[in-house]
Amino acid sequence: MIKIEDLKKSFDENVILKGISLTVKAQEVVVLIGPSGAGKSTFLRCLNKLETINSGHVYINAQDITDPKVDINKIRQKIGMVFQDFNLFPHMTVLENIMISPIKVKKESRDTAYETASQLLTKVGLANKADAYPDDLSGGQKQRIAIARALAMKPDIMLFDEPTSALDPEMVGEVLTVMQNLAKEGMTMVVVTHEMGFAREVGSRIIFMDRGYIVEENSPQELFSHPQKERTKAFLSKILSSQNNKLPL
Amino acid sequence: MMDFRFDIIAEYSHFFLMGTLLTIGLSLAGVFLGSLMGLFIAIGELLENKFIAFIFKAYVGFFRGTPLFVQILIIYFGVIPALFGEANGIVSAIAALSMNAGAYIAETIRAGIQSINRGQSEASRSLGMTKIQSMRYIILPQAIRRILPALGNEFISLIKDSSLASTIATPELMYWAQSMNAQYYRVWESYVSVALIYLILTLTANFILKHFEKKVPVK
Repeated sequence: MIKIEDLKKSFDENVILKGISLTVKAQEVVVLIGPSGAGKSTFLRCLNKLETINSGHVYINAQDITDPKVDINKIRQKIGMVFQDFNLFPHMTVLENIMISPIKVKKESRDTAYETASQLLTKVGLANKADAYPDDLSGGQKQRIAIARALAMKPDIMLFDEPTSALDPEMVGEVLTVMQNLAKEGMTMVVVTHEMGFAREVGSRIIFMDRGYIVEENSPQELFSHPQKERTKAFLSKILSSQNNKLPL
Repeated sequence: MMDFRFDIIAEYSHFFLMGTLLTIGLSLAGVFLGSLMGLFIAIGELLENKFIAFIFKAYVGFFRGTPLFVQILIIYFGVIPALFGEANGIVSAIAALSMNAGAYIAETIRAGIQSINRGQSEASRSLGMTKIQSMRYIILPQAIRRILPALGNEFISLIKDSSLASTIATPELMYWAQSMNAQYYRVWESYVSVALIYLILTLTANFILKHFEKKVPVK
């Protein structure tokens, strides 16, 4: 479904990705973990070409998006993306946020788009917020709307860029639950997150990235219980001890 | 001052009325056409094609960097006769005011567009929108709400700036003040009268705009 070959990306002199190769199969949930600055978000943003790619290839459903002849707008319709800071459209109601792309991009009728939007709102548990504006929602609600907005395009793949990092701790759960349900339904997902519990529970494969490389990849059980590389061990012991320290007093 | 002649103001009241209407008309036309041009220029300035962007930037540079008075004269004596074969005050005044306002409004719109968080365009593009769709449905509606107060100020500036059109035989408000002064050699009656009328116009415009701003919240 997604195949990445030797992807390299730099900003000016600063090399962020130093040759990443990865294959994601349909219905897989691939979770990217690693220290900040490892290049996880940049990597994710290359998958729908929000970042230009310096070299290498990215195939989405066998189409090479690094080929300038490929219509990236068409490809993006099939790849939903959820951002750390939501990026809802503040001048539109929740319903309009969800309906705008199906109507304008896919030329769906208002009725069809409305039907889909209503179903999605129910799915993310926010049917009562259809006419609210984003500014009136909590962070967790905003992120659930952002997920619904992406799903309205009926994507094959969903990318999540640290979807819970900007949330208050008590709202993380509601977003992760929505994502977990999505995974259960068989959505192909690539998730950048610091939520190790989610990675372990929902991930079908964990990729540990550091300094522009994939250091190690394995099933969650193996990677968390028997990390092979020193860097992975160091990262895991650091982040797991800090997450355990989050216990309420 | 003792012999302030209200009678000649009364005599000119009809001309002042006609002049005021033309002043309002020039200002409205200027801000309307200027906004359209400003939008066009702002988008041109933001194009990735550096050469085309440079042409638009040069336009803005010229119209902001030279006096409006000079522009009015060039357009009245040069551009309009070259295009249509004869001079025309009102057409020249509208053209000069719109082209000048367009340059200023373009800068406002460009700043408004750039003030919208990059995440907005990324989110819309990630949903499959083209650049134009993203601009049309996501960026501009938000930018325009932020720009409205500045557009209002531009309109108020235009009310005052349109007085320069009196120099090219356009019978707006200032033109009649000068006629009155020429006829009666009465400085106070002519210029204080129009100053008051300009003041009433700008204050009224300001009042209406403030009222309007409150009704369009910046979301």
